[in-house]
Amino acid sequence: MKNHAQLSQEFNANEPRVNWHDETLWWVRQKRDKAANTLPEWEQLREAASSIKYHTLSNLNDYLQQFEANAEQNGVTVHWAADAKEHNEIVHRILAAEGVNRIVKSKSMLTEECHLNPYLAEKGIDVIDTDLGERIVQLADEPPSHIVLPCIHKKKEEIGELFHEHLGTAKGEADPQVLTAAARVHLREKFLTRRAAITGVNFAIAETGEFVVCTNEGNADMGAHLADVHIACMGIEKLIPQRRHLSIYLRLLARSATGQPVTTYSSHFRRPRAGQQMHIVLVDNGRSTQLGREEFRNSLKCIRCGACMNTCPVYRRSGGHSYHTAIAGPIGAILAPNLDMKQYADLPFASTLCGSCSNVCPVKIDIHDQLYKWRQVLMKDGQGGAAKGLSMKAMNFTLSSPGVYRTAGKAGRWFLRNVPFVVNNPLNPWYKQRDMPEAPKQSFGEWYQQNRKK
Amino acid sequence: MRVGLFIPCYVDQFYPNAGIATLQLLEKLGVEVVYPANQTCCGQPMANSGFEHLTEGCNRLFVDQFAGFDYIVSPSGSCVLHVKDHLHLHDREQEAEQVRTKVYEITAFLTDILQVTALPGRFPHKVGLHQSCHGQRGLHLSAMSELVAPKFSKPLQLLNMVEGIELIPLKREDECCGFGGTFCVTEEAVSVKMGKDRVSDHLENGAQFITGTDMSCLMHMEGILRRRNSQVKVMHITEILNAGS
Ligand code: SF4
Repeated sequence: MKNHAQLSQEFNANEPRVNWHDETLWWVRQKRDKAANTLPEWEQLREAASSIKYHTLSNLNDYLQQFEANAEQNGVTVHWAADAKEHNEIVHRILAAEGVNRIVKSKSMLTEECHLNPYLAEKGIDVIDTDLGERIVQLADEPPSHIVLPCIHKKKEEIGELFHEHLGTAKGEADPQVLTAAARVHLREKFLTRRAAITGVNFAIAETGEFVVCTNEGNADMGAHLADVHIACMGIEKLIPQRRHLSIYLRLLARSATGQPVTTYSSHFRRPRAGQQMHIVLVDNGRSTQLGREEFRNSLKCIRCGACMNTCPVYRRSGGHSYHTAIAGPIGAILAPNLDMKQYADLPFASTLCGSCSNVCPVKIDIHDQLYKWRQVLMKDGQGGAAKGLSMKAMNFTLSSPGVYRTAGKAGRWFLRNVPFVVNNPLNPWYKQRDMPEAPKQSFGEWYQQNRKK
Repeated sequence: MRVGLFIPCYVDQFYPNAGIATLQLLEKLGVEVVYPANQTCCGQPMANSGFEHLTEGCNRLFVDQFAGFDYIVSPSGSCVLHVKDHLHLHDREQEAEQVRTKVYEITAFLTDILQVTALPGRFPHKVGLHQSCHGQRGLHLSAMSELVAPKFSKPLQLLNMVEGIELIPLKREDECCGFGGTFCVTEEAVSVKMGKDRVSDHLENGAQFITGTDMSCLMHMEGILRRRNSQVKVMHITEILNAGS
């Protein structure tokens, strides 16, 4: 299993591609800046959004029960899943009961997190992702690389190639308009013929038992409105207490994500239409564990806007797949170790702690501080390995003793000046693409002794 | 006013000139400055690697050296931020707290405490300012492009007092350079790419010098510049503020 550093080294083998990836996402970040700056009350909105989520998380148990009762009253069937496995089984059970073996799905990062597609495929159920970006990565047999822009790592020529192969467009066709039109025809047929639709949930409202799904393509609506069975899958943290709180999040979500004032479709679902079944699956999958970790609790405020990824200088230059988890980028790096400390021990280190993520986050998650805190937790837990522990102990020894420090410093500089090949060699990762600093004859301490000490 | 001068380990060993400029600048402004001889390092390299639990020796030494000064001043936003946020001593927490509240990054000390309005320096060159993340976002040395908030910059305010200086604009005003402590070696590929991009932004806008409040970011960019045989130099902000006077 390759770690983030290895995967991003591979990504960096093609520098023009890195430049393109970086510039595309920076462009989105700039659109976000412009949109945020149109609202003088932007920072108050963030504060309000953060406080409401804090309150909700502190009373999650009550709000979940309230939501369940109201949803049931609306005629919706509510299911509870402790983990990914249970989530997948519940979805399968609902589909099997109706004898459905072909479904449409709108984009849902939760189903990615639970690996629903491969699970259903194994059970003989065909899933078509209907979000255009998601459909593209599905055809490429890849996971999404970004939570809002799933195929941001693909160029239009590559998409043209995929469509030629799978949807029969002309070879070499790379015009986005032509490709989108082809996808439209292809997807329309699926919407019209499939009897069950899965959607995600952006916000669920405890007060009314309703839920809201935000898309720019309207594909969630198409799926849900045409299907006999609508299954909505949501993490338990998606809850907000009241309808009146929704406007705050809708104003923040799209501006943070793409710079739009609001998503093109913000669809409210409350009760099934006559003859339709509506199910909601409430999924924990590690969320209550994270809720119990005081230092990391705030990560559950996330509304999945993707702004932290667009702004992250590391994400922009390493690509989403380098994070080897469903949710990439800074937020993914604080969510993933909660699920598996060993497998994701590298992710909190895939950051310079520059803090830009925390500043763009519309719900004010202290992302970079949590990255720092995860490092402490992981190393204390022994995830750094014995060698790292030993070298840190040696560093501690040197730095705790002024005499040892001065001797070591002198030796270090003497080596740099006189035998540069000792450090200037390919095994030194600093030297690979950077020169070493020139070693001065005197340290500051030595200069001070000579020039200022009476 | 007695100020304890905190010169971070890598500045002490590799960039003594930044330390000397800091000292001279403070002396010129009439401050009594003392450099406690037994200081080593703030412990950040260990803490950022996830070994904060091994920093007790460093913390103790730091408190020994610096408790009792009116202010502690340092030419490194990153080390100051580490001290401010993470320096604790379970048995001497009161002294530790004093250290945490009295430690200042040099440019903030000049603008906020000394409230300087004029500087003696002269530096007739084109200069690009790299805003280091820990100073900017951590210590709020300047406004951040992500926030909807009034614009300000303590380092720029000071640089503008220098005679003859020409400050160049940047395409991305506050993007990280990719140094990131041990990140620069554990994530070598991304770190270097970020550094190259940051350097290019300065070069394309005609900088002759790249300056900043953190020598570590400058060391990283210097490594990249020198590998390219570029004539562009890096210089700590105190060296410019103290230049030619
Ligand atoms: S952590 Fe914040 S910025 Fe990142 S996706 Fe979640 S809400 Fe958006």
